[in-house]
Amino acid sequence: MRKLAAVVVKEFRQIGRDRRSLLILLFVPAFFLLIYGYALSFDIRNIPLAVEDRDRSSASREVVSAFVNSGYFDLVATIAGERDIDRLLDEGAARAVLVIPAGFGRDARTATPTSVQLVVNGDNANTATTVVGYAVALIAAVSARYEVEARLASPGGPLLRAETRVWYNPELRSTLFLVPGLIAYIAMLTAVVSTALSIVREKEAGTLEQVRMSPVGPLAYVVGKTVPYFVVSLASAVAIVGAAMLLFALPMRGSWPLLVGSVSLFLVGALAFGVLISTVAETQQVAFQLAVLTSYLPTFMLSGFIFPISSMPAALQLVTYAVPARYFLTVLRGIVLKGVGAAAFWRDLAALAIFAVVILSLASLRLRREWSASR
Amino acid sequence: MNTIEVRHLTRRFGAFVAVDDLTFDVGQGEIFGFLGANGAGKSTTIRMLCGLLRPSSGTARVGGIDVGSDPEAVKRRIGYMSQRFSLYEKLTVDQNIAFFGGIYGLSGDRLAARRAFALEMAGLRGREGALTGELAAGWRQRLSLGCAILHEPPIVFLDEPTGGVDPLSRRRFWRLIDELARGGTTVLVTTHYLDEAEHCHRVAIIQAGRLAALGTVPELKQVFAGRPILEIRAPRPVDAMRLLDTLPEVEKTSVFGTAVHAVLRSAETPPGEVAARLGSAGIAAECRVVAPSLEDVFLDVVERSA
Repeated sequence: MRKLAAVVVKEFRQIGRDRRSLLILLFVPAFFLLIYGYALSFDIRNIPLAVEDRDRSSASREVVSAFVNSGYFDLVATIAGERDIDRLLDEGAARAVLVIPAGFGRDARTATPTSVQLVVNGDNANTATTVVGYAVALIAAVSARYEVEARLASPGGPLLRAETRVWYNPELRSTLFLVPGLIAYIAMLTAVVSTALSIVREKEAGTLEQVRMSPVGPLAYVVGKTVPYFVVSLASAVAIVGAAMLLFALPMRGSWPLLVGSVSLFLVGALAFGVLISTVAETQQVAFQLAVLTSYLPTFMLSGFIFPISSMPAALQLVTYAVPARYFLTVLRGIVLKGVGAAAFWRDLAALAIFAVVILSLASLRLRREWSASR
Repeated sequence: MNTIEVRHLTRRFGAFVAVDDLTFDVGQGEIFGFLGANGAGKSTTIRMLCGLLRPSSGTARVGGIDVGSDPEAVKRRIGYMSQRFSLYEKLTVDQNIAFFGGIYGLSGDRLAARRAFALEMAGLRGREGALTGELAAGWRQRLSLGCAILHEPPIVFLDEPTGGVDPLSRRRFWRLIDELARGGTTVLVTTHYLDEAEHCHRVAIIQAGRLAALGTVPELKQVFAGRPILEIRAPRPVDAMRLLDTLPEVEKTSVFGTAVHAVLRSAETPPGEVAARLGSAGIAAECRVVAPSLEDVFLDVVERSA
């Protein structure tokens, strides 16, 4: 126990002394929160819109004003023919063109099915998808109103109206969606990368050899080395949630103990993964590359942090089952945004627990073999 | 009483035999030198004796404990220091002492007393707060030794402890080793500085994993009994050597700095005769018999066992 304490104290002192690592541990999370919170918003506003109104009725003008008043679209041009559509899109003056056919007003009044055409610049698929989404929602709203008015004018017939309501994140603010991912991402950074680097650094410096000559066992050494990173990562996760609550009005709807417990479970697996990497890598470069490839990138790309898993190819979706951050994100979003209890995501917690146990066993197996590199 | 007993110790890495059938004893309070070229098997032997590497065959008892069966018990009784002075460079002198004291289970009064001892020994009193990485090599070396013996181990292993240290610090370091041994600590030290081996009570020369010679320094020099060594100073040493190699009286030659050493087959050959032979070939040489140095011994042993 005293030996363990000596390792913990030493590691804390080293973290404190190592300015670069400390900077990474403390400021990178804050930096990312600001970047992702303010800059990397997936909401698109002020989309330049051109309109070709062949109907020129009050109904058609209503559709146009619905677009403009939504705040998502800016009317940049009113055009007269198809040639102008090409020109505006080619020049990039407009990202979307709305074409309202002649007879639209009459059809709307008599509740005859009709359509409007939306031409969208697809050079950026993500933006295009978002633009189409906004437009479809707007048109559906207008259409619903006409439907209601038409039904009221000719009595009888049931009134069925679809009313969309977005839960948990009613304004569809991407920040709220990103914060849980950010916690996972930073936990991976501190837990996996820092742990792996700090152990491999001791290998390179020869201090590990010196420690192995002492009566400290591998267990006390590794626990002693990881405890400080566990504390730092946990504090960092709590700080991110706190900062996001202050800066971005993140609702923390669930229970704090559940949040801390889930983060801890995730961290145990991540720290063990860092230890596992350190037993394979002999130099810090190799350790860093291994950590980035196997933990950091998957957390970024394959966890649902930024790219929704449901829109990935099937093969890639299968891969995501091996990414612990995937489950962790579900849990975090459940706690922070939905405020649900463990009953709602026990499967994900179980997956995290399995990951932690498997990696811990692998790491301790490898470590034991390395520690007494003798057989 | 023997503190270290090594019997037929062997270590293989695949087909490569790094340590081949070593047998020797080290007594309590003895400074035992391990001499050999790089890759001769010195470090592998030390790692086995420290319980870090399991022997392929043979046994080694360190402090009465078999290293193969109870390496952890061995680790409690030994101190280990290597040429890399494995301290935490980003921690202060005091923090390093606290860490190594901690992992050896020291605390309270004992830790305080040993801390004072280590600081005194390393000459670092008053510099407790200095960053270890900013100390000169000599200080780091002594601190490293201090940290390795905080727990007062009866046996100390030093693996090339003086690499990269200036001669003055090396001398000071060896004084510390002498003091340790006089206090009853057994010291096993590897080195490739031959002058340092003169500090050792006994020296083992390792060649390709095998024990090539073992004894006190005067004993080792006995290999040259009846084979005097001539030191020859000539303006063209290479030509002189070429000629010397053709003489029937000369067993072998080697370069020693600016001079040439020639080992004669018999003590009967007068040095003047060799000088005359060189002179008749147009090489004005100065010849005199010298006492064998440990370097002569080392080269001779290594050549003959290769």
